[in-house]
Amino acid sequence: MTPSLEAKLIQKEFHDPVTIQVLKDINFKIEKGEFVSLTGKSGCGKSTLLYILSTMDTDYTGDLYIDGVAMKNKTEQELAKVRNEKIGFVFQFHYLLNEFSVLKNVMLPGLKLNKFSLQEIEYRAMEKLRILGIEKEALKLPNQLSGGQKQRVAIARSLINDPLIIMGDEPTGNLDKKNSLNVFEIFKELAHEFKQTLLIVTHDQEFAKNCDRIIEMEDGRIIST
Amino acid sequence: MKINLVFDIAKSLLIARWKQTLVAAVGVTFSITMFITLLGFMNGLNELLDGLILNRTPHIRLFNEIKPSENQPINKNLDTTKEYNFIQSIKPNGGRLSIYNAIPIINKLKQDKLVLGISPKLSAQVFYNVGETDLNGVINGINVQDEQKLFSFDTYVIAGNCNDLNIVPNSIILGKGAADKMLTSIGDIIQVTTSKGERVKLKVVGFFQSGIQDIDKIQSYCSIETTQKLLGVTSNYITDIQIKLFELNKAPKLAKYYSKLFNIEAVDIQTANAQFETGSSIRTLISYAVGITLLIVAGFGIYNILNMMIYEKMDSIAILKATGFSGKDVKNIFITIALSIGIFGGFFGLVFGFGLTSIIDQIPFNTAALPTIKTYPVSYNPFYYVIGALFSIATTYLAGLFPAKKASKIDPVIIIRGK
Repeated sequence: MTPSLEAKLIQKEFHDPVTIQVLKDINFKIEKGEFVSLTGKSGCGKSTLLYILSTMDTDYTGDLYIDGVAMKNKTEQELAKVRNEKIGFVFQFHYLLNEFSVLKNVMLPGLKLNKFSLQEIEYRAMEKLRILGIEKEALKLPNQLSGGQKQRVAIARSLINDPLIIMGDEPTGNLDKKNSLNVFEIFKELAHEFKQTLLIVTHDQEFAKNCDRIIEMEDGRIIST
Repeated sequence: MKINLVFDIAKSLLIARWKQTLVAAVGVTFSITMFITLLGFMNGLNELLDGLILNRTPHIRLFNEIKPSENQPINKNLDTTKEYNFIQSIKPNGGRLSIYNAIPIINKLKQDKLVLGISPKLSAQVFYNVGETDLNGVINGINVQDEQKLFSFDTYVIAGNCNDLNIVPNSIILGKGAADKMLTSIGDIIQVTTSKGERVKLKVVGFFQSGIQDIDKIQSYCSIETTQKLLGVTSNYITDIQIKLFELNKAPKLAKYYSKLFNIEAVDIQTANAQFETGSSIRTLISYAVGITLLIVAGFGIYNILNMMIYEKMDSIAILKATGFSGKDVKNIFITIALSIGIFGGFFGLVFGFGLTSIIDQIPFNTAALPTIKTYPVSYNPFYYVIGALFSIATTYLAGLFPAKKASKIDPVIIIRGK
């Protein structure tokens, strides 16, 4: 079985103001259906790594394979397509578009993918909202929701195209204890019930501890996988 | 990617900032309105002034010029290598104003496919006798039907009926200026003295006003037959053949051709009235310059608003890119925003421009010089509307292009990590 994600010898340097190597020889694989957390102290390079893995940052050396396909030498448009089709994102901040209803926010990546009809995308979006228990808020605007609800909408949005992998950058970082737990339960459910692959960057040790696998980083290196 | 989706996102962004959008669109509307009004007004005036002269000027005029022979007989026997001749005080010999073979020339021209129509004319120098005073005058013998058809003679006859020239024997249509001096009214009999000293009585059947005072003071019109009678000449005596062509631009070439063919002097309208074309083109140029300036200013407005929108919507752009929209999609969204401002603003600009020109068209404008004009002259030439529409789209596209490019280059990582 091809791994969902494979990093081979990934290195990255920042050049401004002086050259610092932030990632050194990153090698690891994530198999399908794994619930992985990426932890480490602040500044160890875990977010930087996540953005490389997400294809948004293309300034690195080494090789990245998503679903067995090399991401090197792909054009900006091709990478956008990969993100659209294969990757779902959940960030610390929800990044919902306030101009659109909750439902429309969830539908947008699906509309961009353009694989299903409008009705079908709408149905699927409602389905995802139902899984996350916020189908009642579908027609509200994002700024009418609470922080926890917004984050759940963002998770629904990341699920709309049935992605290969969901990447999260501190998805619980802005939430209180109760909501954090809630989001964690959702991730766990997605991983175990729907066999969804997840890669979550977090410095919340409790969160990491409960995942299936922990990748720990220190000073730009992976110290345990 | 579906165009619908681009439209959908562009529409939502526009509605979210509807006040700024409205201001930008009003800017475009205003400039297009002014552009259309300005050009319509300016060109209405141009057409009026051109019409004043050009419509009444034949495209080609054939006539005989009295001038001394260029080849004096002595030159024929002169050995130019050794000899010179000096002849002083050369006079034209046996000059005649009438055109040789006028009738055959007219018949030949009538068969020419480039010719719209021909109007023969002869003019006679006269004095209008007013009591003890003699006023200088010129009587033009014309064929009323031809003159009406080619030069809209009837529009300049402000009183009486021009067709009476054919019906009433020995009748005259007097220039308004001359008539005012002579204190005549329609139905009066006036007396003129021809250059040969004969006194003739003519009945006034109408007044004529061209709008050019010097012409109105001097010129009058009679039928060709009456004028021939005045001059005591035969019925083939014609001094001018006026030609109107289907295409004005062919006049200079054809004039040369006719001049050679009929061995006659030929003057084309471009040579005779060069100054009018210059005036028209400069006026048009000025209106275009003002219109385009207005549009560019509106374009800067759109540029600013889009730039602001991009700064405000950085987050939205970043998440769109993170979830799979490419830089090109983002660019298309912002260009769509700019173009919709341009299209809506431009459309209303055209409508308001039409409205404003229509209003100007209703404003009374009376001037003694222009008897046929009752309101301000405007032009509704659809060409200006097409130009206006194209300009509004082109400027807004350009104004949107740079912000859109900037938006497409936004790096989502920087935005998302910056939080």
